[in-house]
Amino acid sequence: MLAAEFADFMQQVVSGLASGGIYALLALALVIIHRSTGVINFAQGEMATLSAYIAWTLIVNHGWRYWPAFVATLVISFLGGVAIHRLVIRPVEGGNVLRIVIVTIGLLVAVNGFVVWEWGGQPQQLTSPFGTSTYELGGVVIAAHDIGTIAVGVVIVFLLWLLFRFTKVGLALRAAAVNPVEARLVGIRVTWMLALGWGLAATLGAVAGMLTAPTVGLDPQMMQAVLIYAFAAAVLGGIDSPIGAVVGGLLVGVLLTMLSYSSRYGAFDWFTEELRLPAALLVILVVLLVRPQGIFGKPEVKRV
Amino acid sequence: MRTLLELDRVAARYGPVQALRDVSLTVREGEVVAVLGANGAGKTTTLRAISGTVSRTGVIELEGKTFKGGPEAAARTGIAHVPEGRGTFVDLTVIENLKLGAYTRRDREVKADLSRVSDYFPWMLERGGQRAGTLSGGEQQMLALGRALMSRPRLLLLDEPSLGLAPMIVREFFRIVRDLNEREGLTVLVVEQEARIALAASHRAYVLEVGRVALAGTSEELRGNESVRRSYLGY
Repeated sequence: MLAAEFADFMQQVVSGLASGGIYALLALALVIIHRSTGVINFAQGEMATLSAYIAWTLIVNHGWRYWPAFVATLVISFLGGVAIHRLVIRPVEGGNVLRIVIVTIGLLVAVNGFVVWEWGGQPQQLTSPFGTSTYELGGVVIAAHDIGTIAVGVVIVFLLWLLFRFTKVGLALRAAAVNPVEARLVGIRVTWMLALGWGLAATLGAVAGMLTAPTVGLDPQMMQAVLIYAFAAAVLGGIDSPIGAVVGGLLVGVLLTMLSYSSRYGAFDWFTEELRLPAALLVILVVLLVRPQGIFGKPEVKRV
Repeated sequence: MRTLLELDRVAARYGPVQALRDVSLTVREGEVVAVLGANGAGKTTTLRAISGTVSRTGVIELEGKTFKGGPEAAARTGIAHVPEGRGTFVDLTVIENLKLGAYTRRDREVKADLSRVSDYFPWMLERGGQRAGTLSGGEQQMLALGRALMSRPRLLLLDEPSLGLAPMIVREFFRIVRDLNEREGLTVLVVEQEARIALAASHRAYVLEVGRVALAGTSEELRGNESVRRSYLGY
């Protein structure tokens, strides 16, 4: 009996890690933009939804195979992110960051409106590239889609790490984010680096969107809750910390799954699915009160 | 000696504040030129005007060609600006700071230049993985200089390198600058409040007062100048 319970527990952990991986990707997108511009992109979730619809269109309407459509969607999303920065964000940059925040909220509404206008409000089905099969490993039953999601997340985070850590453009991206004035003095075109950051964030969001759609169904609202979980993840890990976004995402994913799971066993038995969002908001609130810089963040030092 | 940099009636303002009124100066290839002056005389703004960090009027010529661009363009034409307060990337490592210095370069000699820089600053490669923010003020100033060298500059702009540093470190810093000038022909325009050390390290100097050039001459002459002595050297 105990073994069965342990298997059940591990199953929940894996499924928590899979959804956490998605939160982590979206949180990474938020962190990349926050690091370089100091703002939260409220449209990040809707941009991801748009990307998922683009993938769906390529696959269902144009008969593409999944992975070519996946890659094409990443490219389109990257270019779209760059374009959004150049056309929408850049004109309001400089001065109060509140202006950019308001523009990203406007973007949220606009992108959502566009998705509904173009594809309608009816949920669509984007099938998982990993199929619907399950694997059994020592009594632990794991959905192929969960394993695939975790694997894709690991690969993406690894590629991103390589980019930032070992390439010249990655170094320039980091330099432009932490110190734009000095970055210009060494010849870095900072506004292009910001655009590149938006492109990368949109690409990460696209991955998150395409991995979310198969489990919750593709509809215009599907990323709204995920964005809140990503907020919680980013705040928990530290809003300027990429590693924090990953760890925070996984923690939030596992935590939420565990809460639902333990309610089945009598602990937190009042906890139902409807409380997932409030729980995420509670995480945000507690972190902001107890440790505003998050797990991996550095405390903010005001320079005089 | 060829003229490397020429400023002709350059003026600049920050909003309503006219920081530079009328600055004309020349820097010839292979020279170390100092710009002296009190706080607010326009020293920093002069350097910012050259590197395009502030918008300016008047003419700035680099090797006879008008230069109009912003800081990215300045870096690409070979101007290395070490700003006031060091200007290191404190969150990045020593090596990353040095590599950023070579950002605009496309050649394959960046590695060789890393070891050239470490000839002057042997500790830099040994502590290459250390975050720049954990270095002492003097080390950060040296790192800023090392980073500037990594761009193989035609013109090095130094803004108040002595600021906040112990006198011994300041002397060491200027000794290295002088060394670079003599051994490699590096051209330097240095802005400094510490007139004594700046005059000792430079060939020529300008004195700025409220955004204008008030005095100019060889550093030798200015050291002997009565009003320079009274206002800036304090004896």
